[in-house]
Amino acid sequence: MDLNLTWFLLVGVLFAGYAILDGFDLGVGMLQLFIRDDRETRICYNAIGPVWDGNEVWLVTGGGALFAAFPEVYATVFSGFYTPFMLLLFALIFRAVAIEFRSKESWPFWRKSWDIGFFTGSFLASFLIGVTMGNIARGVPLDADFEYAGGFFTLLNPYALLMGLTTVALFLMHGSIYLVMKTEGDLHDRIRSWVNPLIIFFIINYAIVTLATLLYVEQITDILRQQPGFFALAILLLLAIANIPREISKGRDFRAFLSSCSTMLLLMALFGIGMFPNMVYSLPDPANSLTAYNGASTEKTLGIMLIIAIIGIPIVLAYTVSIYWIFRGKVKLGPDSY
Amino acid sequence: MDVEILARIQFAFTIAFHYIFPPLSIGLGLALVIMEGLYLKTRDKAFHEMARFWTKVFGLTFAIGVASGIVMEFEFGTNWATYSRFVGDIFGSALAAEGIFAFFLESGFLAILLFGWDKVGKRLHFFATCMVAFGAHFSAVWIIVANSWQQTPAGSHLEVAGKVMPPDYLPAPGEWEHSRMVIDNFWEVVFNPSTLDRLSHTVIGAWQAGAFLLISVSAFYLLKGRHSGFARRSMKIGLAIAMVSSLLSLVSGHSSAQVVAEHQPSKLAAMEGLYETTTNAPLTLFGWVDEDTGRTIGPKIPGALSILVGGSTGTEITGLNDIPPDLRPPVQATFQFFHFMVAIGGLLILISFSGGFLWWRGILWNAHSPLARAYWWVAVFAVFLPQLANQFGWFAAEIGRQPWIVWGFLKTSDGLSKVVSANQVLGSLIGFMLIYSLLFALFIYLLNKKIQNGPEGASTETYTEPDWLKNRNS
Repeated sequence: MDLNLTWFLLVGVLFAGYAILDGFDLGVGMLQLFIRDDRETRICYNAIGPVWDGNEVWLVTGGGALFAAFPEVYATVFSGFYTPFMLLLFALIFRAVAIEFRSKESWPFWRKSWDIGFFTGSFLASFLIGVTMGNIARGVPLDADFEYAGGFFTLLNPYALLMGLTTVALFLMHGSIYLVMKTEGDLHDRIRSWVNPLIIFFIINYAIVTLATLLYVEQITDILRQQPGFFALAILLLLAIANIPREISKGRDFRAFLSSCSTMLLLMALFGIGMFPNMVYSLPDPANSLTAYNGASTEKTLGIMLIIAIIGIPIVLAYTVSIYWIFRGKVKLGPDSY
Repeated sequence: MDVEILARIQFAFTIAFHYIFPPLSIGLGLALVIMEGLYLKTRDKAFHEMARFWTKVFGLTFAIGVASGIVMEFEFGTNWATYSRFVGDIFGSALAAEGIFAFFLESGFLAILLFGWDKVGKRLHFFATCMVAFGAHFSAVWIIVANSWQQTPAGSHLEVAGKVMPPDYLPAPGEWEHSRMVIDNFWEVVFNPSTLDRLSHTVIGAWQAGAFLLISVSAFYLLKGRHSGFARRSMKIGLAIAMVSSLLSLVSGHSSAQVVAEHQPSKLAAMEGLYETTTNAPLTLFGWVDEDTGRTIGPKIPGALSILVGGSTGTEITGLNDIPPDLRPPVQATFQFFHFMVAIGGLLILISFSGGFLWWRGILWNAHSPLARAYWWVAVFAVFLPQLANQFGWFAAEIGRQPWIVWGFLKTSDGLSKVVSANQVLGSLIGFMLIYSLLFALFIYLLNKKIQNGPEGASTETYTEPDWLKNRNS
């Protein structure tokens, strides 16, 4: 395994970590709008209160790692997808401050406004993340210098939009399961009844995206055709999804959540396998595609970064686990709550 | 307006807004460690209540710092893609290290700091507070490393289309796409010539921002006659930090300027408004630069600049006349921002030590003393001074770096994203202005509300000084 593949994997792990962790924050951000009672809404906010900020750090670190390991990819995607990324930033800003500001006043108008801001920010962020992934997978026009050669509307193709919608569905499902795990009583039962419809909504979206991928995204289909072993992952994925309603019905909320996390990990793994070595596929001229090799930093930098990662990742995992352990269990509103 | 000026305005605007908050996180972080440390040591509930109050303020500033901070990481790629390609091999590592070493630490333990008061023991909570403060400082380390490398590049070389180039080679316009800086030695990048001085100066400036927030809020309570016990304690901690850091700021500022003199002579000349290369160079105290005639008008101390830079009047200082016009930074802006920063730095020393003097003489807490009341009024508004000094200092540092984005290697105008149009940047700039105005108004509103509500708990109202803290005069 060379350094480029290692960093392709590590950047993938960081973004997968982001999707799994901030995915439920964004899902909760969307779902809270459908809860009328203020106390229950507060429980939703506080379910992610202590952790959302750390979860967003996965995106920040993923972005930093992309910049360091694959500067060409970072530069091409961030400048090429200028307007969607600015909207993503606005969405993330609103999401962050809505959580912090909402509890500071008790007027219904104030709280409702932040609930709407929280919903909009979470929805837009989820959708745009999906659109971005859809585009780099399907392919966007790149020139010989790897500069983006399309326009804003090039990015709004049906495949990317469908991927955006699927990501929204995925985060909704994931967020609902997280909330089931963190709530109790009447609220718990109500959110629990949302889980199955949300799973079905996700599966429908996912089935359509998969069909579209098989029909229109040849480069990914080709890779999977050459390596049929990877279909095992797709089967595992289906089993992981199917396991969610089973665990929920048995009242094992935590295991349902783990199952949902596994689903997302497998989705990201399949995405990575379908992409490698491409990082941004170029369409119509595949020769201009950015890969983990032509878009990378020098071997030396990748090596230095690997040392940083080897030191950093175990520490990060250790306190991530500790924080989740300290804040485990059902949400109880207290004097420090949002 | 063209895309370059818009992109520069957007970066300046977003970083200036962002930079209101990290110094407060760093400065308040230090203050929180002191407060909780005192609580653990003395078991005095008042320190606990104090820490809880300031934690809430910390949480508010931190949230906006996070929200506006992620913008910065994106903007290198969105607006400065050519720059990003050029420096990715070096600059990216520092950003990634900041994420993995500092941000995870900070955000993880922040959860315990904000929400863990009843979930973990006192000692673990104190540990979490220390880790948050350490994380805030550590993130400053990495971002200053990255920025200092841009100012004084080291541990790296230039490659054009994969070929190693001599350091003074400036690629032709078409070559930028295929040029990049390549790392030679990681530690030389980290400890490039300006890192340590600029880091210490920045962190000390952040301590002052935190200290003066403590001083200002305390002075407000003293003026209103509310929470007097809380206010005294907070102001003492604030003044202690302010006195130490305002002096250290002078020292670190001086050595930073010496590094500038050695490595960025055109920036030093602009900071000082010096046109003629000369020994016995004068120090202009304040004034106006006439960029057309190349003269700086204002009171000067003969020889003082040469002494400050080299220790003797014989030290020759390069003037702007010996720097090609296209390699000079905007002189007036650099000069004025630098001089305002220095002036505020002096004022902060004065305010800190007069507060310390009044404290020592036992006058500071006397509501009947006109001197104390006058000081409280000054202290309330002094909160803006370190913020302005921090902003102006960075303006001087970054405007003085022009026309370079990476000193001696890449010009700012060559670092832009090629595929981003002026209209796109204008759109996002307007978006940022609207959103940040809203955020700033809400921040001020909520901070004011927090201050008006004051700390919770009875012991902050009825205050008796414990023996060990008793001032000899009060």
